[in-house]
Amino acid sequence: MHPVLTLVAQRISLGVLLLLAASALIFGLTEVLPGDAAQAILGQAATAENLANLRAEMGLDRPAYTRYFEWLGGIVTGDMGNALTNKLPIAEQVSRRMGATLFLAFWAAIISVPLAILLGLIAVRYQNRWPDKLISGITLASISLPEFMIAYILVFVFAVQLAWAPSFASVSPGMPLLAQLHAISLPVAVLTLVVLAHMMRMTRAAILNVMQSAYIETAELKGLRTFEVIRKHAFPNAIAPIVNVVMINLAYLVVGVVVVEVVFAYPGMGQYLVDAVVKRDVPVVLACGVIFSAVYIILNIVADVVSILANPRLRHPK
Amino acid sequence: MSKELELLSSKVTAGTMTRREFMSRAAALGVTAAVASSMLARPAQATPIAGGTFKMGIQGGESTNSQDPASWASDVPIAGGFCWGEPLIELVHDGSLKGLVAESWEGSDDATVWRFKIRPGVMFSNGQEVTSEDVMQTMARHSNEDSKSGALGIVQGIESMRTDGDVFEVTLGVGNADLPYLMADYHLIIQPNGGFDDPTAAIGTGAYVLESDEPGVRMVFQRRSDYWGGDQTEVAHYDTVEVIVLNDATARVAALQSGQVDSINRVEPKIAKLLARAPTIEVLSTKGRGHYVFIAHVDTAPFDSLELRLALKYALNRQEMVDKILQGYGSVGNDIPINAAYPLYDETIPQREFDLEKAREHYAKSGHDGSPIVLRTADGAFPGAVDAAALFQQSAQAAGIPLEIKREPNDGYWSEVWNVQPFCASYWGGRPVQDQMYTTAYLSTADWNDTRWKRPAFDDMLLEARAEIDEVKRKEIYSNMGRMLNEEGGVIVPMFNDFVDALSTNINGWEANPNGPQMYWQTVKYTWKA
Repeated sequence: MHPVLTLVAQRISLGVLLLLAASALIFGLTEVLPGDAAQAILGQAATAENLANLRAEMGLDRPAYTRYFEWLGGIVTGDMGNALTNKLPIAEQVSRRMGATLFLAFWAAIISVPLAILLGLIAVRYQNRWPDKLISGITLASISLPEFMIAYILVFVFAVQLAWAPSFASVSPGMPLLAQLHAISLPVAVLTLVVLAHMMRMTRAAILNVMQSAYIETAELKGLRTFEVIRKHAFPNAIAPIVNVVMINLAYLVVGVVVVEVVFAYPGMGQYLVDAVVKRDVPVVLACGVIFSAVYIILNIVADVVSILANPRLRHPK
Repeated sequence: MSKELELLSSKVTAGTMTRREFMSRAAALGVTAAVASSMLARPAQATPIAGGTFKMGIQGGESTNSQDPASWASDVPIAGGFCWGEPLIELVHDGSLKGLVAESWEGSDDATVWRFKIRPGVMFSNGQEVTSEDVMQTMARHSNEDSKSGALGIVQGIESMRTDGDVFEVTLGVGNADLPYLMADYHLIIQPNGGFDDPTAAIGTGAYVLESDEPGVRMVFQRRSDYWGGDQTEVAHYDTVEVIVLNDATARVAALQSGQVDSINRVEPKIAKLLARAPTIEVLSTKGRGHYVFIAHVDTAPFDSLELRLALKYALNRQEMVDKILQGYGSVGNDIPINAAYPLYDETIPQREFDLEKAREHYAKSGHDGSPIVLRTADGAFPGAVDAAALFQQSAQAAGIPLEIKREPNDGYWSEVWNVQPFCASYWGGRPVQDQMYTTAYLSTADWNDTRWKRPAFDDMLLEARAEIDEVKRKEIYSNMGRMLNEEGGVIVPMFNDFVDALSTNINGWEANPNGPQMYWQTVKYTWKA
């Protein structure tokens, strides 16, 4: 078998083990949290009697390991079960919420990844001159501000003052694509601003690193224009570190955007997970946790494979 | 609102007084400008206009919400519930009652047997007509032994129920003159066969039907054409109602400012004054029964000392709390869970004043050893609870009381701290009648007796008042109970918080209802868009 395929197979099987470990860890942690779903639901309205009734109905009166293995048995056969709190099937909720999250992440990525790389290239081309400093200044400023701050500023300017975009992102299934894009324009802008700097700076650093090499000097001596040198000779050799940081940011766009979801009342996975943790809805927490872990693991495998394919020495090992 | 202010604001409406004059007169009465402007009666628009979409941006919705009324504990599901469903009786803004599913009702002389006549021709949204059997099954579902309903405490006192033609009859173990008020509880929405078949079906007798439901995101409702209460020009004027979950305070305000929603709940007091300046927005403050509390267990040292409790009560600067924590959107408390928004409240109970001298005296008499007195608090205990605790600490220290604040995490506060630890910050949402408030938290046997207040004399008065039909006698008993609790109780009430809503100025028909925000969720029924 081709060494790359072997590696991918290895990674995937390791990934499955990792997922199993993650689910056990998440389940363990939810058990450590004070209170349970019954108590969280009834809150201040809990009496000994209705607590006991609710626990029995949810099956929370059974030992922890029984509940974990029951859940595991379900998930292996593709059944995520029902939420403890509102009894709705989790798979349905997750697919709707995950769809919303991926939709937002997709458009944020489509804009931010090419933009970050392009800005990185420009920064290298005009290294230490004003375009470089301007790009670095703006992106570093936007990464330094907390997300909710950027969000509030954009809402104030573009929703309240100018009324160009809606202040909260209300997306419903039947909406035409353009209306949906209009609805999510502000959250996409916030996410773009947040992830831009990391990718841009990494692109800049990686390319500058390669620019010190002898073959770049040769290319310059051949008389190639600076931008050509960067695009043809430096960039391909800097791909591995750039892909790594792009993948980390993509993962962040999927699993780390709960603050943006709250500010824009966007019905994504983050909000779903937070609600479930607050209400101790363990099956939902597990489902979200496993999906988030899977996103990280898959994107990491992709990053590794791309790094190998981009590097002839790794592609053809002796 | 005081009588005088009410009179003044009606003068403004009638055109005999300018807005500016009103504001200065209000200021002379000690009312802050922002609060005064929210008290100004809205210019009345005579005829309601049917049609349009009413969008509410509401705090208090989670993706874990369900349409089962038994499970409701936060604002969004309640707001939605009042769109699709109705209890037997409605709580009117002036404190009176109006029949919904029940056309009329009467109690026996000892208030133990109550007969509710079911209104003929009331249809569920599935086309079935409501019967007394449906009503009985609804009460049965909330009160049976498997019940996990939030209304269990209310319906527990029911001994037996039966139907007699179109009459639903309840027999109570102990007489309760307030039963009709309790039947207006939002959990007790009448469902077909009591909701035993499918509690989450959202089938009720309300003016709107649930069209789409995304828990924690939004609910959309359409007006029913066969609503028993009348057509759209008479009541429930909107074609469509949207309940949009906006848990973030800034997002709510921005949505209202940008015109994406028509109405929001829970405006933060600190921004209410700024928001009121916007020309298209009106901030509306409603005096309610909800209050913030510091609760001490009267059976646990050092709080078992009456002198120490009095020292703490005198060391609290209530007016400062109202000014700084509520920014004026509230009123001072008096160490009882009752205020003037309750029927049969006795205004002559003396107001406890802030008096460091007396605090010092009582503290010295208590003989406390000077070890720190720990007050537990959390951001989630009530809005501003951590700051309020700090203010309390400052004034207590000025009286020589070594109050120490322990900040607890929000998560788990209601299971690990409240009703467990001997001294902590908390809140109560208030109840429609005094009896229910006292029964919930001050009866010896109450599950939520969070001050461990167990006095047979108090219990006797409570039960006596409950079955008393004569209102004068009842008021007197409640007054005595209030005085007893004010003097000896473990509950320290710094303030009653107003409900602060904000409405777009093109919404007409607002009538503040002390039972809750958004006219106790009847904005969908009684307001209209011009």
